[in-house]
Amino acid sequence: MTAETIIQSLASGLLMGLLYGLIAVGLALIFGLMDVVNFAHGEFLMIAMYATFFLFVFFAIDPLLAAPLVAAALFVFGAVVYLLIVRFAVRAKANAGMVQIFSTFGLAIVMRGLAQYFFTPDYRSVTHSWLGGKTVSVAGIFLPVPQLVGALVAIAAFGALYLFINRTDFGRALEATREDAGAVALVGIDKNKVFALGWGLGAALVGLSGAVMAIFFYIYPDVGASFALIAYVTVALGGFGSVFGAFAGGIIVGLVEATTALLLPPSLKAVGIYAVYLLVVFIRPRGLFGSM
Amino acid sequence: MDTSFARSRRRDLIVAFCLAATAAVVPLFVKDVYVQNIMVLTLMWGALSQSWNILSGYCGQISLGHAMYFGIGAYTTALLFTKFGVLPWFGMLGGGIISAVLAMALGYPCFRLRGHYFVIATIVIAEIVLLLFHNWDWAGAAMGIDIPVRGDSWLKFQFTRSKLPYFYFALALACVAWFVTWWLEDSKWGYWWRAVKDNPDAAESLGVVVFNSKMGAAAVSAFLVAVGGSFYGQFVSYIDPESVMGFQFSLLMALPAVLGGIGTLWGPLLGAVILIPLTELTRSFIGGSGRGVDLIVYGGLIIAISLARPQGLVGLFSPRRKEAAR
Repeated sequence: MTAETIIQSLASGLLMGLLYGLIAVGLALIFGLMDVVNFAHGEFLMIAMYATFFLFVFFAIDPLLAAPLVAAALFVFGAVVYLLIVRFAVRAKANAGMVQIFSTFGLAIVMRGLAQYFFTPDYRSVTHSWLGGKTVSVAGIFLPVPQLVGALVAIAAFGALYLFINRTDFGRALEATREDAGAVALVGIDKNKVFALGWGLGAALVGLSGAVMAIFFYIYPDVGASFALIAYVTVALGGFGSVFGAFAGGIIVGLVEATTALLLPPSLKAVGIYAVYLLVVFIRPRGLFGSM
Repeated sequence: MDTSFARSRRRDLIVAFCLAATAAVVPLFVKDVYVQNIMVLTLMWGALSQSWNILSGYCGQISLGHAMYFGIGAYTTALLFTKFGVLPWFGMLGGGIISAVLAMALGYPCFRLRGHYFVIATIVIAEIVLLLFHNWDWAGAAMGIDIPVRGDSWLKFQFTRSKLPYFYFALALACVAWFVTWWLEDSKWGYWWRAVKDNPDAAESLGVVVFNSKMGAAAVSAFLVAVGGSFYGQFVSYIDPESVMGFQFSLLMALPAVLGGIGTLWGPLLGAVILIPLTELTRSFIGGSGRGVDLIVYGGLIIAISLARPQGLVGLFSPRRKEAAR
C-alpha cells in the first residue's frame, strides 16, 4: 500500500462523505424541527433517483439540469407526506415514538412496492450523461467527476441552507418552531405550515442528492435501504438535531468508509462506519455536536 | 394491587389455557399443509414478538436489532449439528445462552444511550454481526448452511412428512413466551420495567436499579428470541445470513407487538394472528406476480393501523386494558 493509494482513497472517501452528508441533512433537518425520524428517507432518495432517470430517458434532460426539477418535485412530495401521514402520527397520544417509526416505515414499504409495480425490480442506470464515467486528475490524484460535482453541490447546498436558516423569515420561523412549537402559535405562526415546509425542504435536499447519485449509481426499488442506514448513522454521529453535525458526520463517515476499505475486505467496509458510530456514542451519548 | 387485578390476571390465565387447548386441536381438523404452515409461522412470530415486547414494550428499550439473536439461535443450532453432530436441542439451549450473555455484554455500554441513539446502536450492532456472518467462511459465509435431513425424529428435531410436530413446538414456544410475560408482569421486575419505561430518572431516585432491570429484560428477551431462531432454522432447514439476520427481521419482530399493543400481554399474539396470515395470503394471492402489490397492501395496512390505533388493537377486545394499554 503506497502513500498514493491512501491519498487516492481518502480523496474519494471525502467526496463520497460530502454526498452522504447531503443525503443525511434532510433527515437531520426534519428531526431537529420536530423530533421525528423519517424511516422512509431512503425511499425518498429512491424516487428522486427514478425521477432523474425518467427525465433523462424520456426528455433527454441531463441529471445535472434535472437536479433542481427533482428537488422541486420532492419538495412537494415531502410536504404532502407530512400533511397526509406525519401530521397524524405526531398527534398520537399513545406510543408516539413507535407510531412515527412504523407509519413512516409503512410508507417506505408502500413506496418500494409501488416502485416494483411501476418500474419493475430491474436495475437501471443513466448512461451517457454529461459527467458519467469521466475522471479528472488533480495533482496526480484521479477523481471521478460525478462524485466531485456531487461534493460541490453538497457544499453549495449546505451553504445555502445555512443562509436560509439564519437570514430568511421562514428560516427564523423554522428555528423558532423547533425551539418552542407552542410559543410560535401564540405569535401567529401556523405550526403545521412550518412543519410541512420543513418536510418539503428536507425532501428537496434528498432529491438533490438523488439526482447526483443517479449519475453514477444503479437505480432499483431497494436502493434506498442501504443509504438510509448510513444516513441514520451519519445524523446520529453528528448529533440529532444538528444540521452542521450531519455535514461533519457525512465527512467522517466517508473517510472512515474509505479507510476501512483499505484495511478490510470490501464487503466489510460498512463495519468501520458502524464501529465508529458505537465508539462515538459510547463516549459521547449525544453524538459529536448534539445538544441537551 | 387490588383483588380485581388479581382476578383479571387469573382470567387471563384461564383464557390463555382455553386458547392454547383450542389451538392444539385445530390441526387435527385442518389438514391442509399450506394452512398449517401459516399457523406455524403465526405462532412463531407471535412468540418472537412477545419476547421482543419484554425488552422494548415493558421496559421501553426499543431494539431494532433483535434479528441478531434470532440469527445466532439459528446459526448456533445449525453449526453444532452440521459440524459436530450435536443434537438441535442442545444447540437451542446453547444459542439461547449465548444470546442472553451477548445481550448483557452489549447492554453494558448500550443502556447508557437513550432514544434514537439507542435504537440506532441496536440496528448497527446487528448489521455488524450480519456482515461478519456474510464473511465467515467456516459458517458458510453468504451461501449459508443446508441442514442435512437425517430422518424424522423428535431427538433430531427434524420432520419431513408432517408439519404437526413443528406446529406443536411453535405452540409450546408461544405459550412459554406468553406465560413468562404473564408471570413477569406481576413480579418485582415487571413493576421495575414499567417504572424505567415511564421515567428512568424518577425510577432511579425511588430505588429501582434501572441498569440491572434493563439487563434482565434484555437477557430474557434475547434468550427466547434465540430459541425461536433455532426453531426456525430446523423448520426451514436452510439458513443464510440475510434470511435469518436481515434488518427486515428486526422490524417484522416488532410489528405484531406494535400493531397489537406494545407493552401489553395480549398485543403481540393478537398482532401476529392478524398480520401473519394476512401477509402470507396477500403474498400468495397477489404477490405471485412479483410486482410488489403485496408490499403495497402490507405497507398501507401498517400505516392505517398505526395511525388509527396508536395504542394498538388490543384495546378493542378488552375494556379493562384500554387504560392500561399505553
